[in-house]
Amino acid sequence: MEFIYELSKILIATCRDVLPIIILIVGFQLLVLRQPIPHLRRLIVGGVYVVIGLALFLAGLEKALFPLGNIMASQLSDPVFIYGAEEVVTQADWKAYGWVYLFAAMIGFATTIAEPSLIAVAFKANEVSAGTIKQWGLRITVAIGVAFGISLGTFRIVTGTPLYLYILVGYMIVIVQTIFAPKNIIALAYDSGGVTTSTVTVPLVAALGLGLSSSVPGRNPALDGFGLIAFASLFPIITVMGYAQLMQWYNQRKKNHGEKNAI
Amino acid sequence: MIIKTILKKIKSAFTDLLPIILVIAFFQIIVLKQALPQMGEVLFGGLLVVTGLALFVQGLEMGLFPIGESMAHALAKKGSIFWLLCFAFALGFSTTVAEPALIAVAWEAAEIASQGGLIDANSESLKKYAFGLRMSVAFSVGLAILIGVLRILRGWPIHYLIISGYVVVMLMTFIAPKEIIGIAYDAGGVTTSTITVPLVAALGVGLASSIRGRSPLVDGFGLIAFASLLPMIFVMGYGLIIF
Repeated sequence: MEFIYELSKILIATCRDVLPIIILIVGFQLLVLRQPIPHLRRLIVGGVYVVIGLALFLAGLEKALFPLGNIMASQLSDPVFIYGAEEVVTQADWKAYGWVYLFAAMIGFATTIAEPSLIAVAFKANEVSAGTIKQWGLRITVAIGVAFGISLGTFRIVTGTPLYLYILVGYMIVIVQTIFAPKNIIALAYDSGGVTTSTVTVPLVAALGLGLSSSVPGRNPALDGFGLIAFASLFPIITVMGYAQLMQWYNQRKKNHGEKNAI
Repeated sequence: MIIKTILKKIKSAFTDLLPIILVIAFFQIIVLKQALPQMGEVLFGGLLVVTGLALFVQGLEMGLFPIGESMAHALAKKGSIFWLLCFAFALGFSTTVAEPALIAVAWEAAEIASQGGLIDANSESLKKYAFGLRMSVAFSVGLAILIGVLRILRGWPIHYLIISGYVVVMLMTFIAPKEIIGIAYDAGGVTTSTITVPLVAALGVGLASSIRGRSPLVDGFGLIAFASLLPMIFVMGYGLIIF
């Protein structure tokens, strides 16, 4: 009974999210475009699927994944687990947090694979590129970027180094890569930074950041707890452009090699 | 036939979730050496997640993508740049302003600001601060989609715009109050929700494919990138103006 109450609460919240979009589209169709919407029935059925699907998805996450993720994040960053029960720790030793980095990387990878917005963008990119951009190729590349980003982000929280330094260096890398990357991947690479962080990743990663910064000695959750999401949206840009550059280089080499053989 | 499609969707949703299951199992059993707590609840939740994801993807192909693209085509055919930009701004603003993640972040930011002594710690000024932050983020997302659409129309190369955005972010980082920087960086990531992203992607791709001389791959993407860059600038700007 309680579950049905929760589910309907989430359903109402999802409807509220969709409401402005519906008002906007209907308003524009009626007032500006003044024409009926094509395939209206199919669209409505699709819209209902999206709302119900998202509500079920969120309800399931709240029931299964989020509590579990929170418990695990706090257990792994617990000083007793990291340093053993006897030691009294006043200064964080970054080398002791190996499991935390690994957990951050793996949970970042796994949640990105399940991220619905990324599924949507990968689907579109595959369609638009006539199949040259593989859905799974893009998703795995982005997920590796998120994994690396979040892992580095937890390292930053443990060491307490300033956030902006990492972000500035990351931006530098992106700028340099932009100069050399194939032109047709750039827009998609920039986009993949923004899409990685939504429904699944943000709550888990935020919990990890806040839990870690409140358990690591000498860290302040208010100052150090944020920033993981920024890492998770910066590094996919780098990996996607890097992957495209690698493929370009590989194809070039294969082509050159082929020409040499032909001669 | 229908059953086959449904089964296929559920199978691919299950594949999407498999990594999460593996990671959690690995850490629970091997590293933390504990049994999964509340096994039944977790299994039931997992079932919901798989069904939900399968339905969502199905609805995406049937509803969200086609409506985004057909709006883009219709607006491009109408030929009125004014209405197109209006639609772009309204789409960005309206989907962001009520975004639960943003409301949560704005509230957290207000609390941090009051702890840092930057604003008064009464609920009145907290509310005002959080509301102002929300409005500036929503406005910035609207503006971002507008700029992105204008870029598609004019065919400007995306990297000049994004890189100059980065430079602005870097410069503002040096002058903005320290307390707001982490939130500003994160604000870029939380604004783009699961329903907005497919719609915006379809809008961009639809627009780029209906304008002659634009490639959907080179010009159609990039709207989301603007929507995650501009909020950073606006949140830091908001921090600068308020304090």
